[in-house]
Amino acid sequence: MHYVVFVKQVPDTSVVKLDPVTNTLDRSSAPSIINPYDSHAVEEAVRLKNKYGGKVTVISMGPPMAVDVIKKCIELGADDGVLISDRAFAGSDTLATSYALTQALRKVSEKEPVDVIFAGKQAIDGDTAQVGPGVARRLSMPVLAQVIHVESFSAEKKVIRVHRKIEDGVEIVESKLPVLITVEKEINDLTYAPLPNMIKAAKYKPLIWSVNDIEVDRDQLGLKGSPTVVGKIFAPPKQSGGQKVTGTADEVVKTVMDKLVNVHGLFTGGGVS
Amino acid sequence: MAEKFDVIVVGAGPAGSAAAHTLAKAGLNVIMFERGEYPGSKNVMGGVIYRHQLQEIVPDFLESAPLERPIVQQNFWMMDEKSVFQMGYKGLEWAEAPHNNFTVLRAKFDQWFAGKAVEQGALLINETVVTEAIVEDGKVIGVRTDRPNGDVYADVVILADGVNSLLAKQLGFHKELKPSEVALAVMQVINLPAEKIEDRFNLEPNQGATIELFGDSTKGLLGTSFIYTNKESISIGVGTLLSGLMENRMKPYELLETLKQHPVVRKLIQGGEPKEYLAHLIPEGGYHSIPKLVDHGVMVVGDAAQLVNGIHREGSNLAMASGRMAAETVIMAKQVNDFSANILDAYRTNLMNSFVGQDLKKYKDAAHTLDRNPVYFKEYIPMMNRAASEMFTVDGVSKWDKQKKVMGMVQEKGTISTIRDLYRAWKVMK
Repeated sequence: MHYVVFVKQVPDTSVVKLDPVTNTLDRSSAPSIINPYDSHAVEEAVRLKNKYGGKVTVISMGPPMAVDVIKKCIELGADDGVLISDRAFAGSDTLATSYALTQALRKVSEKEPVDVIFAGKQAIDGDTAQVGPGVARRLSMPVLAQVIHVESFSAEKKVIRVHRKIEDGVEIVESKLPVLITVEKEINDLTYAPLPNMIKAAKYKPLIWSVNDIEVDRDQLGLKGSPTVVGKIFAPPKQSGGQKVTGTADEVVKTVMDKLVNVHGLFTGGGVS
Repeated sequence: MAEKFDVIVVGAGPAGSAAAHTLAKAGLNVIMFERGEYPGSKNVMGGVIYRHQLQEIVPDFLESAPLERPIVQQNFWMMDEKSVFQMGYKGLEWAEAPHNNFTVLRAKFDQWFAGKAVEQGALLINETVVTEAIVEDGKVIGVRTDRPNGDVYADVVILADGVNSLLAKQLGFHKELKPSEVALAVMQVINLPAEKIEDRFNLEPNQGATIELFGDSTKGLLGTSFIYTNKESISIGVGTLLSGLMENRMKPYELLETLKQHPVVRKLIQGGEPKEYLAHLIPEGGYHSIPKLVDHGVMVVGDAAQLVNGIHREGSNLAMASGRMAAETVIMAKQVNDFSANILDAYRTNLMNSFVGQDLKKYKDAAHTLDRNPVYFKEYIPMMNRAASEMFTVDGVSKWDKQKKVMGMVQEKGTISTIRDLYRAWKVMK
């Protein structure tokens, strides 16, 4: 079995600031981290590997400093990692990014065919959730998005059965391999990496591929290959502070219920009987 | 099978990184552990790094080290409630390379310094706590970490795990630290535009100043406060002996707030935006508190060895020097393949014969004397302020009479006891 995981280095959006002039992320204001969804994708791939054997390879696209996320994945138990890094990729939108990653994946699978591709549900900086499914489409491969549990996996029959989070419930789906899976964080809890993994990661030198190392049509890369147009960027309006309700517990509950029922119309929509 | 290295360094502060850098450069196989998310993430220091010791380890540090400002002016302020007696030296020779010392922010500096050791080939393992030393037949042969399969072995373990060195304690090198042996320092980094800092401290761009404050800034407790200029921020902090805080039921952050409001300090930081709040223990026991430094397969460096010169607020340079000397001893021991206490003891000898040991010896009784005799902070500093005020106030009284008044202050305190106090102070500082 060969598992490939796509990972992305992102600014820690829990601390990042917006540039007040351009409304874009001020990347210097926050440390770079592995996209949190992606670390769970790596964890899941490593768990499958530990159970059914095989190998986990991670692929990332980004500036040279993104080698740090590859090393992070080695800590989490991945066996190998490749970073594709080149100025030719700069400015890529999700379409161009999925193209570049697909071409890198094709090269990786030349050596060893890929059975399952994992990715995080979305990246916390762009929140698009498009790149994973985009790669699957390019490879004409089924995609199972927002997976919260792998119920069963058969290496011989080459089938996987998973639970997907959907709007009002859970969908249990089975797919043939190869398949692309995007994961939610609840799929697993990250393991505290064993020391030998930490040592391996500290020593690890990820492969870095430039645009010349993979077979690409340059017109589909970077700004040229990106049809997305950003119309406008604005910071969300600041929420004004609400009304503060004070008093004893009973008074507070009464005031709040009164507001909910009489002002906001709770129980009038017929949703609750 | 757990891996074996030549050397394990516990802690990636200035002492640990100095050791790892020196060892890796000499071709030894080194692994360095840091419990924080990255080196410097858990470290606190007012922020003065000395050029000489750093240059001995990283000769071209000026090109890449995240230095804030070279210090050209060092001030000493003897504070009373509404006044301050100032001394200081400003030397523009320090504005030119090679400089004397620099302000730094530890979170950036430690990361850089550890990165330099990694460039030399040391392995840095972050977010990993070393829980104990592995001892076999009376020899330290490795360490245990808090990670699964967390054991790792080495010929020598260098303990650079900071002031409250848990490993040195486990090995019985020192007992639980006494409150009179450590200072609790709290500090704040306050953002201010560079031009404001330069105007307020009378500096050119890329020049820095330090102020050490004594007296009212610690409400008479034994300790000092400091104000250092960074590029676009000011570090301000208060450090006092833990024992003093306990006896007087004072809270360190209250001392810091009071200092920030002090009428002669307030304007320096006015309008700044508080960015970080930090607190840390600083070893202040000096010479008498230095623990056992060496045993079979193990050495202690930096704060873990209590190597801080409180009188001259030097610590990072002693840390770096000790880390380097420990490493040099290991390199020598490696040549004879003998890591017994006998051989490693060369580190202790070298350290005690160097400026580190000599300086700590020079001031071995200073802190204790000042601590046992609160008059220095509580009475002489205010007296100095009153005397200056008297001499400089023009009110028609002749200078002869003013001198008499000043001498009167001394007589009020008792001439003999004043002379005795001053002699005692001179003796411990000489």
